[in-house]
Amino acid sequence: MATLGQTVNKEPKLVGKVIAWLLRVGLAILIPLIAFFFLYQGFLFLRASDAPKWIIALVAIVWGVGGVAILYYIFNKLVESLSPDWTARLQPFVFVGPALALLIWFLALPALRTFYISLFGRNGPPDLPVTMAFTNPGEYFAAVSAQFVGLSNYVAVFTDRLMLGALRNNILFWIGIATPLTVIAGLLIAVLADRSKFERTAKSLIFMPMAISFVGASVIWNFIYEVSPPGAPQIGLLNAIVAGLGGQTHGWTNYTVIAPWNNLFLVIIVVWLQAGYAMVLFSAAIKGIPEEIIEAARMDGATEIQIFFRIIIPYILGTIITVTTTIIIFTLKIFDVVWVMTGGQYGTDVIATQFYRQSFINRNSGFGSAIAIVLLLAVVPVMIYNLRQLREQETFR
Amino acid sequence: MKSASSQKLSNTLLVNGILGLIVLLWLIPVIGVFASSFRDRFDIQTTPWWNVLPHRDWVATKTINPRELGLDTNGPMTVEGVTATFEEMRAGVEQGDTRLIWIGTRPIGKIQVQEKQWVTSANLNLENYRQVLLGKSVQIKLADGTTQTVRGDDFSGSLLNSLTVTIPATIIPILIAAFAAYGFAWMNFPGRRFWFIVVVALLVVPLQIALVPVLRDFASLDLNGTFLGIWLAHTGFGLPLATYLLFNYISGLPRETLEAAFIDGASHFTIFTRLILPLSVPALASFAIFQFLWVWNDYLVALIILGPDPNVRVVTMTLASIVGSRGQDWHLLTAGAFISMLIPLVVFFGLQRYFVRGLLAGSVKG
Repeated sequence: MATLGQTVNKEPKLVGKVIAWLLRVGLAILIPLIAFFFLYQGFLFLRASDAPKWIIALVAIVWGVGGVAILYYIFNKLVESLSPDWTARLQPFVFVGPALALLIWFLALPALRTFYISLFGRNGPPDLPVTMAFTNPGEYFAAVSAQFVGLSNYVAVFTDRLMLGALRNNILFWIGIATPLTVIAGLLIAVLADRSKFERTAKSLIFMPMAISFVGASVIWNFIYEVSPPGAPQIGLLNAIVAGLGGQTHGWTNYTVIAPWNNLFLVIIVVWLQAGYAMVLFSAAIKGIPEEIIEAARMDGATEIQIFFRIIIPYILGTIITVTTTIIIFTLKIFDVVWVMTGGQYGTDVIATQFYRQSFINRNSGFGSAIAIVLLLAVVPVMIYNLRQLREQETFR
Repeated sequence: MKSASSQKLSNTLLVNGILGLIVLLWLIPVIGVFASSFRDRFDIQTTPWWNVLPHRDWVATKTINPRELGLDTNGPMTVEGVTATFEEMRAGVEQGDTRLIWIGTRPIGKIQVQEKQWVTSANLNLENYRQVLLGKSVQIKLADGTTQTVRGDDFSGSLLNSLTVTIPATIIPILIAAFAAYGFAWMNFPGRRFWFIVVVALLVVPLQIALVPVLRDFASLDLNGTFLGIWLAHTGFGLPLATYLLFNYISGLPRETLEAAFIDGASHFTIFTRLILPLSVPALASFAIFQFLWVWNDYLVALIILGPDPNVRVVTMTLASIVGSRGQDWHLLTAGAFISMLIPLVVFFGLQRYFVRGLLAGSVKG
């Protein structure tokens, strides 16, 4: 796909190229910097004021959103006031620069920095100015090497008892059980809804948990698993049913006798939350199957079950893979549900709760960072797949 | 062909029956919390929420004072044609449709005669909502008519904080991503291909990777615990998806429209603001809902960036802190959970069409 715009006819001279490059980099960094500076000053002012809270909130919203919009406007005006050649050269960076600067600051660089931190002990790399590496290299590198532990944090990730439990839960329960359950539930509901008059309503209601926060969902399900003292009426639905059938009541998520299977009670919550997502994608895919194929199969005497396994499943296989991958990525990072329901106790720890505990409670940033890097490595195959898809799309030549 | 049509009918019934059952299963958890949030705090703790539905339960028809009848509480007593000891009566003695039960202690207690009747224990009110919404001190009425002053949970303050966090953290990334998407789609610059590959590569990067370094930067910039900090963080984390989705949409707009505008002498900026933004409303809306729900429902980023300061707490944090400190206070938890769900549910049902469209456009957040 070609781009629009005034083409630069003259071959720019070397000096021009260097200046253009400098200006581009400058713009990319300058816009966010200036935006940031003004937002920051506004904030100091707001924080110092003692206006009612809702006024501060309103001003903050207008200030934040308006400030960013005005900056784009001003920088664009500046660039457009240059000669057409320079406008053509620099304008793309007014448009793209801020996004790239933020991506680098918040995702690309942190990945490298986290990897660097993961090579160090508890306190991470020494807190020394980088310039010291040049002014006083001896002392700088001595300080660095004193904290340097190499890959031993990674060894710990795969040998630490708690981490092994977390890895087991992520792989066995979250990827191995929660993911297929969500996919199967979504598929079942999509197929049923497709044949029902009440399709819209049913889908809408099953989709609804997608709008609920994990913390909210944790409260909802805690209430279902709630256990009252023996003798008192059970106010939790699950225990009321169990007691009604004459069974023994439990707190379920903290019922360690059946450990590690108490994780299943957390898995149910996520299936409840995510099945709607799977359903929506499957539903759209099923609608894409040509009606003639299914009609022809019915004419030939195929049963509904045969149609499902021999036609529908193969036809939507691509969507099944996409949905499965998405849910795997999601469950790899599962945090809120586990953290609010059990705090990772009773053998329900997962990678993300371990990451949080190590990084922010135990303040062991080296270990925490190594866990984050392991999470990143786990999604690398998906990243490569996405990039391959991009190459095949050929949006970019 | 009668058998075929009856076959079809039974199939339809089966499909709708199973579907209805699943929908019910999906809804019951929410209904339970919703119904409980209006119940009296004492009722929630002692009776299950489905008691608000009509059910058969023991209802007292008569109260007898055993001392007035001159009964000996230490031996078997005969009341209403039933003979039982104190211990048996305290557990409840059933006979047919009536039950005798001892209420209170042995020396001063009374005997209640109960009958099974259809009842609903409605008694619904907004007291719980009052207690969680208001800050500082709240007067609550207890079951015995006395009032008690308790500290509220200031959910209204948290709601305001959530809005202050969510609205800019939704609009700012959309604005930045829309500019970038236009740049990638319709402008020519060196490194265009490379930078777009970076955007796509960052799509699935887990945000855990960024938290420690970002927290350090924010500490040196004094941004921890500020709205500006969390706007920036959510903007950074939401940008890859926003740029990718909007690029897919904007690059697919008809080329002729843009060329015509160019021939008329319009600049990129004019084309972007006057032509592209209005044409992209569906894509902008679908990402906006995503980001809105994501930021509103986020717990991890808020926990780390906003920290423990109660003045800037968002609803998920307030709710989680009640779970942590007063996990048995169901009257607060159910009302709080419902308050936290209200705005996203309204947004969700109001704009579901755009949300589904965004999902189908391949939205996976890192």
